[in-house]
Amino acid sequence: MGTLKVRVWRGDAAGGEFREYAVPARENQTVLDVVTQIQREQEPDLAYRFACRVGMCGSCAMEVNGRARWTCRTHVKRVAAPGEALDIKPLANLPVIRDLATDMAPFFDKWARAGGTFQPKDAPDGAVPAEFSVVPPESKQRREADAGIECIGCGVCYASCDIVAWNPDYLGPAAMNRAWTLVNDVRDGARRERLEAVSGDAGCHSCHSTQSCTERCPKNLDPSSAIAGLKRTLFWDSLWGRLR
Amino acid sequence: MNARAGRHMWVAQRVTAMFLGVAVLVHLVTIMVAVRGGLSAAEILGRTHGATAWFAFYAAFALAAGLHGAIGLRNIAMEWLGWRGRGFDMAWLGIGVVTALFGIRAAWGLYAS
Repeated sequence: MGTLKVRVWRGDAAGGEFREYAVPARENQTVLDVVTQIQREQEPDLAYRFACRVGMCGSCAMEVNGRARWTCRTHVKRVAAPGEALDIKPLANLPVIRDLATDMAPFFDKWARAGGTFQPKDAPDGAVPAEFSVVPPESKQRREADAGIECIGCGVCYASCDIVAWNPDYLGPAAMNRAWTLVNDVRDGARRERLEAVSGDAGCHSCHSTQSCTERCPKNLDPSSAIAGLKRTLFWDSLWGRLR
Repeated sequence: MNARAGRHMWVAQRVTAMFLGVAVLVHLVTIMVAVRGGLSAAEILGRTHGATAWFAFYAAFALAAGLHGAIGLRNIAMEWLGWRGRGFDMAWLGIGVVTALFGIRAAWGLYAS
């Protein structure tokens, strides 16, 4: 059995550096397996985050060879040719807590700022309405909402976004994807507030549509189109004076 | 950062872009048609002097170009230089209007001379 050369970023908010490790190379191993091997067999104090190991929770995202990915669903042989080293870093655009673990608070705070909470139209106090809403699954709005609803908040799009890197206030793809699903939810009553929250320089109007978010989303969602949808809706709502 | 101002500037830039797309085409076709008979100052003035429609067209053209360019430069300056805030927004708006006024003055010169 050969060995795999792995460079892992070690450090904290104050700074850090890559450290090199040698891990047994196996025919089938994921990047998360590699990180776990290092922590269990070589460096017990290596900090990283994971939970489900099967692509459901989204907590194991890291930057692997320059790209943000779910490490649990990334086979080593898919990202590194035989004999090639593996570079593993914490997600970009987020504060580092330690080693490979980032602080996701700014990411989720922006979901809240983008109006990511469902506001029932029939029950503004958040109570369950007496009657179920009938939403035809084939209606255009429902299909738009369905297209983005599977986001699990892993932060891969956020770490891949140039605009977030340029403007720390920018809400980012996931938060606006979430907002777009709610703008298209006919049961929601906070459309106007939400559209205002995602507009302007910290919102959808700064997006350059370079589509790294769409390209790298492990769920194959399309936040770039969601942001384009927000821009389109805001354009017509602004022109016809439906917004302040 | 004022989200509403950002949104309005974005809308203004898109609307001016739509107008400029048509205006540039009209401008280019006019040039191609105009040069066929030889281009002289007298010929240009013959077409533009007292022609209210041409003046209105070029005044709108200059206004759209001035605003569109200034908003675009504002966005670049925000991202590349970090020039953000109300003061910068006002300055860019001023630059856009001044640029537009230069163009409108030129159009007026052809109209009124």
